[in-house]
Amino acid sequence: MSEPFLSIQHVRKSFGATTVVQDFNLDVDKGEFISFLGPSGCGKTTMLRIVAGFEQPSAGRIVVGGKDMTSLKPNQRNIGMVFQAYALFPNMTVAQNIGFGLRVAGRPRAEIDARVAEMLALIKLGEFGARYPYQLSGGQQQRVALARALAPKPRLLLLDEPLSALDAKVRVSLRDEIRAIQRELGITTIFVTHDQEEAMSMSDRIVVMNAGRADQVGAPFEVYNRPATRFVAGFVGTLNVLDAVVKDPASGAVEIGGVPVALARSLGSVKAGETVSLALRPETISMTHEAARSISIPCTITAVNFLGSVIRISADTGGNSLSFDTFNNPAAPPPTPGDRTTVHFSPADLLVLQA
Amino acid sequence: MRKFWAWAAVIFGMLYFILPLLGMTEFSLKMRRGVYSFDAYAKVLADPRFQETFAYSVGMAIATIIFGVVLIVPTAYWVRLRLPGLRPYIEFITLLPLVIPAIVIVFGYIRLYNTSSFLPLTGSATGTNILLMFGYATLALPYMYRAVDTGLRTIDVGTLTEAAQSLGAGWITILARIILPNVLVAVMSGAFLTFAIVIGEFTLAALLNRPAFGPYMQLLGANRAYEPAALAVIAFAITWGCMALIQVVSRFAPRAPAQLH
Ligand SMILES: Nc1ncnc2c1ncn2[C@@H]1O[C@H](COP(=O)(O)OP(=O)(O)OP(=O)(O)O)[C@@H](O)[C@H]1O
Ligand SMILES: [Mg+2]
Repeated sequence: MSEPFLSIQHVRKSFGATTVVQDFNLDVDKGEFISFLGPSGCGKTTMLRIVAGFEQPSAGRIVVGGKDMTSLKPNQRNIGMVFQAYALFPNMTVAQNIGFGLRVAGRPRAEIDARVAEMLALIKLGEFGARYPYQLSGGQQQRVALARALAPKPRLLLLDEPLSALDAKVRVSLRDEIRAIQRELGITTIFVTHDQEEAMSMSDRIVVMNAGRADQVGAPFEVYNRPATRFVAGFVGTLNVLDAVVKDPASGAVEIGGVPVALARSLGSVKAGETVSLALRPETISMTHEAARSISIPCTITAVNFLGSVIRISADTGGNSLSFDTFNNPAAPPPTPGDRTTVHFSPADLLVLQA
Repeated sequence: MRKFWAWAAVIFGMLYFILPLLGMTEFSLKMRRGVYSFDAYAKVLADPRFQETFAYSVGMAIATIIFGVVLIVPTAYWVRLRLPGLRPYIEFITLLPLVIPAIVIVFGYIRLYNTSSFLPLTGSATGTNILLMFGYATLALPYMYRAVDTGLRTIDVGTLTEAAQSLGAGWITILARIILPNVLVAVMSGAFLTFAIVIGEFTLAALLNRPAFGPYMQLLGANRAYEPAALAVIAFAITWGCMALIQVVSRFAPRAPAQLH
């Protein structure tokens, strides 16, 4: 087995009596793009700042390239950092900002100029070298901040919600640009966000954090389709939660609103007669019947939200409420609230939520 | 009607302030009998003691400004960055020179650093100059600290520091390349105020017996008729020049800082 490039080992961080990060473990391969995803206050920034060296962990180690970095100062770690508030130096031009790290390192003038030009081309701001930060838009400033962090060829790139101060359009185009640059340079990256769409679309792997712990670490596909905890299932994506009464735990036979359902797995320690929570993604539910969607439940439409290419429909099954998506079809207008219909889904798509 | 009284108040204030100045200026021009002339000014400017004391005070002002910047910029920066809880106390301390008279400070100095003390600074001219500079820096402290602290408020000190650190910068680099340039305008306005204070200061220089401009003005005022008026006009011009420079410098001031509000 090859050594991980970055290894975060048993990190704990307390501020006074409150523990903000607990037993955090993560191995990252060289060139990987990792996202820390979680709600506000779950410790994402704190964990990132520990990697950067701005906070000392109360326990645990940070190892990069086989070397323990835990006691190194931030300016000795050679880690690039991009902040939510851009944090460009207001007294320096774009080119001086980008060249700052190399100047501090005492690189020769010619090398700095060449590298700055290269970075300006990379962020497609070739003409902007002589401008001051206040003469740039937010998106441009954040690209300069990215170039500044990358110019000294850091071993790791850390980004703390770099897109959340930007408007929606810029956010989407810049996230694609960041990902493309990251791929091109092959730099190991940790990206902090509370936006699950951002995390899903950019990352090789996502670390879903909850109250200072890493609840699940996995590829977006895996985290979305096989959430490890109820928290992950609820936080990542939209989720329908259905109450089911257990009939036979060993075979996985349950009843949802009186309709018998055979789950694809056994229910282990649950006893017959108890209620379990099952989760269902909106896109796995359909109003059209197919062979694989063997479970049919009648329901009443309660709301219809037209979102463009997708229509999100809410329905009441008599006890459980469901929401599901259909694609827009110009030839077939969507149902209206109050309509009676039947929804279909496959038992294989039901996720059993642990406590 | 309201406007009338407002204007009346303004005009009264201006007269109160400007009339004595006008009177003094007029008087300073009357050295030659019957006609206005700059004779008094020529005399003052030609006086070697004027040149010596003025040069001495300018030198002291520059030394005080450098000392003040080196002392106060890192202090105010560090308090903002790491000890925000101490800010009220530091602010209180920086205000003390406004309530403690200069004469108390200078007697304290003389008691502490006299020739038979552990650090006999008053024993030599250089030592006394250094002591005088400390005294000036103390008098300028309230203005200098406030100016720098206000300048620091316009930038995001914490994030800029961390950005610089992640790029490999140490404390000296951060202070010299990032913090100081961004508060330079504020530092300049503090510096001009310091200059004006040092040029006109009398008590410290007289009691430490240094050949400064303040005691020279006093000496001249006690012994001549027209020259003191000319000197006062010159001193006024210098002070106002400093104020004008503060205005000019703050024109260049805070380019919209790159931070979120
Ligand atoms: N210096 C500090 N002193 C005390 N508590 C702190 C400190 N820094 C962070 N915390 C606390 O640690 C917890 C986690 O903070 P952190 O900034 O890591 O959250 P986050 O996941 O980045 O949240 P957000 O998405 O809002 O940025 C919060 O409850 C916060 O109040
Ligand atoms: Mg955060």
